[in-house]
Amino acid sequence: MSALPLIALVGNPNAGKSALFNALTGARQKLGNYPGVTVERKAGRLSLSDGRPVELVDLPGTYSLSPASPDEQVTRDVVLGRQDGEKRPDALILVVDAANLDNHLRFALEVIALRLPTVVALNMVDLATRDGLELDAAVLSRELGVPVIPTVAVRKRGLDHLRKDLESLIDGAAARPRAPSVERDFDTLRSEARRIARAAIVRETPSRRLTAAVDRVALHPVLGLLLLLGLLFIMFQAVYAWSEAPIAMIEGLAETAGNAVTGALPDSIFRSFLVDGVINGVGSVIVFLPQILILFFFILMLEATGYMVRAAFLMDGLMEKVGLSGRAFIPLLSSFACAVPGIMATRTISDPKDRLTTILIAPLMTCSARLPVYAVIIGAFIPARDVGWGIGLQGLVLFVLYLAGIVGAMLVALVLRMTVTKGKSGGFLMEMPKYQWPRWQDIVLGLWQRAFVFLKRAGTIIFASTVILWLLLSFPRVPDDNPASQVDHSIAGRIAGGLNVVLEPVGFNRDISLALIPAMAAREVAVSALATVYSIDAGDDEAKLERSLGERLKDNWPLPTALAFLAWFIFAPQCISTIAVTRRETNGWKWPMFMVGYLFVLAYLAAGATYWTATALGLS
Amino acid sequence: MPLNECLPLRLTELPLRQLAYVDIIDWNALSETDGQRLREFGLCEGASVETLNHGGIFGHGPIACKVGRMTIAMRRNHAAAITVRAGPEGTGPEGEAA
Repeated sequence: MSALPLIALVGNPNAGKSALFNALTGARQKLGNYPGVTVERKAGRLSLSDGRPVELVDLPGTYSLSPASPDEQVTRDVVLGRQDGEKRPDALILVVDAANLDNHLRFALEVIALRLPTVVALNMVDLATRDGLELDAAVLSRELGVPVIPTVAVRKRGLDHLRKDLESLIDGAAARPRAPSVERDFDTLRSEARRIARAAIVRETPSRRLTAAVDRVALHPVLGLLLLLGLLFIMFQAVYAWSEAPIAMIEGLAETAGNAVTGALPDSIFRSFLVDGVINGVGSVIVFLPQILILFFFILMLEATGYMVRAAFLMDGLMEKVGLSGRAFIPLLSSFACAVPGIMATRTISDPKDRLTTILIAPLMTCSARLPVYAVIIGAFIPARDVGWGIGLQGLVLFVLYLAGIVGAMLVALVLRMTVTKGKSGGFLMEMPKYQWPRWQDIVLGLWQRAFVFLKRAGTIIFASTVILWLLLSFPRVPDDNPASQVDHSIAGRIAGGLNVVLEPVGFNRDISLALIPAMAAREVAVSALATVYSIDAGDDEAKLERSLGERLKDNWPLPTALAFLAWFIFAPQCISTIAVTRRETNGWKWPMFMVGYLFVLAYLAAGATYWTATALGLS
Repeated sequence: MPLNECLPLRLTELPLRQLAYVDIIDWNALSETDGQRLREFGLCEGASVETLNHGGIFGHGPIACKVGRMTIAMRRNHAAAITVRAGPEGTGPEGEAA
């Protein structure tokens, strides 16, 4: 544990805590987990005005110290000094939304009563002004008995002042907050908060409320839904349209690197390892970084602007019909990026059965790791045609695949709620934050953290799986006098041949069987696995080697097989990380095993149905 | 103030953008956690409320309403447990500022 003084950020959800955390720590952040629980720990380094470093930890937002979810429990336990793996903070920054004083002050009073050295950041004062509210921080400070500093985290306003006050708190120069001798109950705290809020408000002029005006459209039953569908549609079109140039650049780099190695080294097993295994295998996955970042960009923007909760509001009616809470929409939408953070985000759902159902269907949301698989198959088999109104056929197919995942998830939820997770449905109670324009630095930081995680995966899990697959594919070597192909002759080829007996009825060939094994490590490995297979298959054939993976697939697969492969991946049995996080979140092996089992069955049936239909229709 | 504006209504029946205040909350109709969350959102007897949006195409979606300075979303079964009277905050018998 760090020996630096520890400062914790506490506050209500939507008080702008994370923006303040980012503004104070910059990119020097460390993400981790609290031991024993799966609550994310976000910590960073902060330099005081004299340059002394302190550790700043961003605690989960909570409305009171009576927790209703595991996240909120961590916050309470940390400030009380009861949390494993975290010492009691030396000081607190209490973040309060200036435009929502009545409510946030009640929690503030509760926290100040703990008598830890505390400074209040009166955050988002600009939004309060926008709403016609003028506040007196000095009055607030006098009433609360702690320093109050007006801040605008997104504009870095008030931060120097905050650092200076933290310094005197850490040095013990500031007096500890006064505490009332008796414990006050909820209602007493609330009336006290109202009294202080009224004293601190200097002027209150009714003004145009931007948020309410936008919500008239965004929450409208028809217009709002059209807006949501429109946004999702643009998101999926953008994944293709914006990524072309950067993808071409990465492909160019990989090709140059491959050619350079081929030119520099004599033909050997080592050269094959570098070119077929490392460059072709890992390169074929890294190529999808632009698309993944575009997807994350949209999700981060939707979250940061405050729109995500509106989407949950719109979807709640539908979610209720399948026995879920609208709250489940946020973890499910995050699962489009990755099921792991999605499943972790279910911790905000307080009803245990709601939560379990959401966890079980989260892998049906098309995660970004499936994107490379979809992208390569769509690129190879679906013509890049315009179907009118500037809508590309490829983007449309991608949209349909995502939709199929969503519909599948809803149906599965409905069935689960009637069988294994039977019970009364939980509710939907959420605060709707004000709309605000995100700080671009926060979005860039978020994207950088996602890119880092992806590249780390590419460098470790994907690299290792690709290398192992290359080994299994390259040995034993085909004797020179044997006309059999290297892939058929290899260990991997023989394993896949066995597996293929099961998968052949749904239209899969041996190469797909081969790719599915390492895809369990991470779904996108399916792509690098195929790249390695076809790279080794080509051997020294120059003409074959020059063709892209897509072109090679097109030569080798009939269309029904490609479509069946896509259908398989809608339900693809999830990666090891998803299974691991499910085990952790459900405290046992029962539910992850159940999840893997039902997904396998669905994937098999979906692939089969697609293959048989496509064949019957005579598609080729 | 016209008499009919003071008649108690369920929050689900309150017309959109009609200023009202909470008369009675049937806490027994709410689970303990939901009740606590509503209280934390500032819902209590006497609080000012205003419904802003009704969600759902078929009229069964949640309700967005303003409670004090906060906008919150809740399902109809929760909203049905809340009885309100039209009029600005504090005009009713339970109003804190009365």
